[in-house]
Amino acid sequence: MSSSSTSIMDNLFQRSLEDLIKGFRLQLLGESNFISRALEEIRREIKSTDLSTKSTALHKLSYLAALHGVDMSWAAFHAVEVVSSSRFQHKRIGYQAITQSFNDQTSVMLLITNQVRKDLNSANEYEVSLALECLSRIGTHDLARDLTPEVFTLLASSKSFVKKKAIGVVLRVFEKYHDAVNVCFKRLVENFESSNPQILSAVVGVFCELATKDPQSCLPLAPEFYKVLVDSRNNWVLIKVLKIFAKLASIEPRLGKKVAEPICEHMRRTVAKSLVFECVRTVVSSLSDHEAAVKLAVAKIREFLVEDDPNLKYLGLNALSIVAPKHLWAVLENKEVIVKAMSDEDPNVKLEALHLLMEMVNEDNVSEISRILMNYALKSDPLFCNEIIFFVLSACSRNAYEIIVDFDWYVSLLGEMARIPHCQRGEEIEHQLIDIGMRVRDARPQLVRVSWALLIDPALLSNLFLHPILSAAAWVSGEYVEFSKNPYETVEALLQPRTGLLPPSIRAVYIHSAFKVLVFCLGSYFSSQETTSSSLAQESSSGSSSMNAFTHGSILNLVNVIERDLGPLSETHNVEVQERAKNVLGFIGMIKQEIAEKLDLQDNETESSRVTAFMEDVFSEEFGPVSATAQEKAGVPDGLELKENLVDLEEICGEFLKPVESESVSYTDKISFSISKLRIRDQQEASSSSSPPDEASSLLAEHRKRHGMFYLTSQKEDPDSNSTHSDYPLANELANEISQDPFNPKRKPNQSKPRPVVVKLDDGDESRITPQAKKNIQTAKDDESLSLAIQSALLVKNKGKEKDRYEGNPNSGQQEKEESSRIENHQNSENKKKKKKKKKNGESSKHNCTNHDGEMKFSLMSE
Amino acid sequence: MIKAVMMLNTQGKPRLAKFYDYMPVEKQQELIRGVFSVLCSRPENVSNFLEIDSLFGPFSRLVYKHYATLYFVLVFDGSENELAMLDLIQVLVETLDKCFSNVCELDIVFNYSKMHAVLDEIVFGGQVLETSSAEVIKAVEEISKLEAASNSISLVPKSVSGWRGR
Repeated sequence: MSSSSTSIMDNLFQRSLEDLIKGFRLQLLGESNFISRALEEIRREIKSTDLSTKSTALHKLSYLAALHGVDMSWAAFHAVEVVSSSRFQHKRIGYQAITQSFNDQTSVMLLITNQVRKDLNSANEYEVSLALECLSRIGTHDLARDLTPEVFTLLASSKSFVKKKAIGVVLRVFEKYHDAVNVCFKRLVENFESSNPQILSAVVGVFCELATKDPQSCLPLAPEFYKVLVDSRNNWVLIKVLKIFAKLASIEPRLGKKVAEPICEHMRRTVAKSLVFECVRTVVSSLSDHEAAVKLAVAKIREFLVEDDPNLKYLGLNALSIVAPKHLWAVLENKEVIVKAMSDEDPNVKLEALHLLMEMVNEDNVSEISRILMNYALKSDPLFCNEIIFFVLSACSRNAYEIIVDFDWYVSLLGEMARIPHCQRGEEIEHQLIDIGMRVRDARPQLVRVSWALLIDPALLSNLFLHPILSAAAWVSGEYVEFSKNPYETVEALLQPRTGLLPPSIRAVYIHSAFKVLVFCLGSYFSSQETTSSSLAQESSSGSSSMNAFTHGSILNLVNVIERDLGPLSETHNVEVQERAKNVLGFIGMIKQEIAEKLDLQDNETESSRVTAFMEDVFSEEFGPVSATAQEKAGVPDGLELKENLVDLEEICGEFLKPVESESVSYTDKISFSISKLRIRDQQEASSSSSPPDEASSLLAEHRKRHGMFYLTSQKEDPDSNSTHSDYPLANELANEISQDPFNPKRKPNQSKPRPVVVKLDDGDESRITPQAKKNIQTAKDDESLSLAIQSALLVKNKGKEKDRYEGNPNSGQQEKEESSRIENHQNSENKKKKKKKKKNGESSKHNCTNHDGEMKFSLMSE
Repeated sequence: MIKAVMMLNTQGKPRLAKFYDYMPVEKQQELIRGVFSVLCSRPENVSNFLEIDSLFGPFSRLVYKHYATLYFVLVFDGSENELAMLDLIQVLVETLDKCFSNVCELDIVFNYSKMHAVLDEIVFGGQVLETSSAEVIKAVEEISKLEAASNSISLVPKSVSGWRGR
């Protein structure tokens, strides 16, 4: 009695969803408090035996889950109970909760199969609709398998309300349970004949999805699609069919010829922008070889571009960027509009315009376009400004600076970019500055000039995003110091007090660069001393060269400045900076005495000149670009097993990590067979090598013996390992394997300045297959079984059709011919071959299909 | 395929949110917030499309329309047409307008169940199945009738089953 009375009380005083929403709007508790109270209430109510109470509670819960992010997975079983109610309202709440919260991991999923089946068979079309909706959202493999017969029945429903949803649900059923294709495919395809636009729309929608996943398997249905394309006047249907043809034409180029004309016809005829755009997109993406169609599409794009509607403008630009790679003229034709779009207030439009501008870039206009873009970057918001910089950087550096002829200009441009206030692309600029330095010898003097200007600019030091650029500038001024006008000033810039603002890693670069400059100055000084002393009588004609700028006084001054500025850094907390500073100071310590004492270092054999010469040697080696594939070039040495299973390694290590000193019986009892065997061998070894039989060291020795490749080579290795070691090419060797880019043959003869040589590696400059692409391949494999199912179903269908059509003449030998004649109604005769090939594909993969289908195919093949 | 339908008000409060692929509620809330933060930063009179690969994975697009205090948002993939989706929002709003005669945010707030009924008629498991608002309204009215009927039966003997059950 008591339970029922509480149930009545619950029922009478239960808050409905509407009460809950009202309460929400009036609550003063704060949202999370209110929700947790409501949840408490729901948890109590949902346990009620009364289905009305339960369903109301579930309804409230699903509301909270959808809009306030409350977890409702705990109520899965209650949802199953509610859905089994005979009342429509409860059922609807139950289904809604299930579609909202169930997934493959939901354990009570198994419990709904029967209920869904019952509702699919219901006489009430709205109940059927609920069940179909549920299946289309959460259908698992098991559900799809168990309910395929019901779906098959519903596909023939006389009510279009049910039938369209049954068609819609097929997509999920096929995806989850491939064998359903054999059952339902024929009925599905029959709907192409339907005169009901809703049904046609539904079935075309399903095939659009199937064609997106696997165009190949939908190819044989091209005649059906073609018919829809020609006959239909429903824009929704046409858009979907165009999507299908865009996919099909990309794998079957001959199809393009056939559909180009009807598509152009739609483009000319229709006023619906959505359809026009879809036609344009289909043409520019998949039919770009059909001159007339492309011309018409570009004309339509132009109409879009001059519209005031930002949506059309955006889509027009979007279509242009699809067409750009193959028909650049279409972009060039609209250049003014594109440049104007750069100052549009719509970020989408601006971004598309930017993308297009970069498509237009070539070696003749790169400086003009970059100039325009830099002006835009200066006045744009930070986000777009950095987009611009990024686009310029990536367009110019494409394919090892393919389009850059004047590197002095480009290097200056990089320097300018660093001065754009919002610039945050420091790392990319850093990379390019160093990359150009290594690749383009002729650009180095300008690079040093630009770097110098960057180094002395006080504004840059305080901008966090620009620190990488400064790092590159410092490296360049050190590495290519021979082009520096005034090395003394370079050192001053590198050691200015404000470098304290830099992160230690970059500061270390600064100090190291100062070191290089110092060595260079000393080297020049000594060599000039030498030449003057040896050719004193010869009236040296090169007296005005910069080498002679170093006097004893200036060198001494330089050394003193460096010593003064680096002195405090030798006690800094950062090890990198400290070490670099100490290196320089140590070097100065070695030479300073002599320089200070001897005013005239006539003698070539002084300690300091020797040390300097040595350091010059160290720094003289030139860096080259390293191929991205350099690592791969180093072949795997013989005997190095990279794919070996390391389970036994763990076993051995596990033993060896245990406390070794507890060498007792209990310990040795426990050790595994392999270890005990090892031990025996150890002892043998130990006795032979007469080393102390220490447990740990012998295990280690054994381990090293078995897995020597994981150890660094030791000195006393056998000659074998030495030979493997020499198999590794050194990094520098790889870097030297470079080919020099010949002058670009495309280049026009009227260029005032020849393009400098750009070092380009044979390979590795281009990025290889991206992970994304790999992933696509993977997913393609996953879909394979579905496509096989569809292919086999198509065979069955076609065979069935033939039988229907040619009942009096069931000659299997004629079948294929007949089928081809059917295609010819809509397709050119060329497709016939393709079709046959298709069939062969299906046959070759028969092992993936059910026996039944295998037989069907065999009968086809046997003729 | 349509991936999600959302209605958010200009304060970022979701009024309706439906995701056609299963995802945990935390993820849903995160996406709703992400979408709103993009929408609210957009000026008026600009295009209604957004590429939001960062939120919904590659090739996903978003179409939105701003009506009074509400954003109507559709998220979809490459097999839908942007302008058609914009039309679909129009269909949805027109249908709601007919259902509630001059729809406003409050109608949407208080008619959670009916909103879903309308939406489910138009979008079925991510596919657009109905674009005629007359058809949608017909179905939604039928559903309301069925619900009311099942309710009226239940009014009198609500606890009878309880007594029998013991």
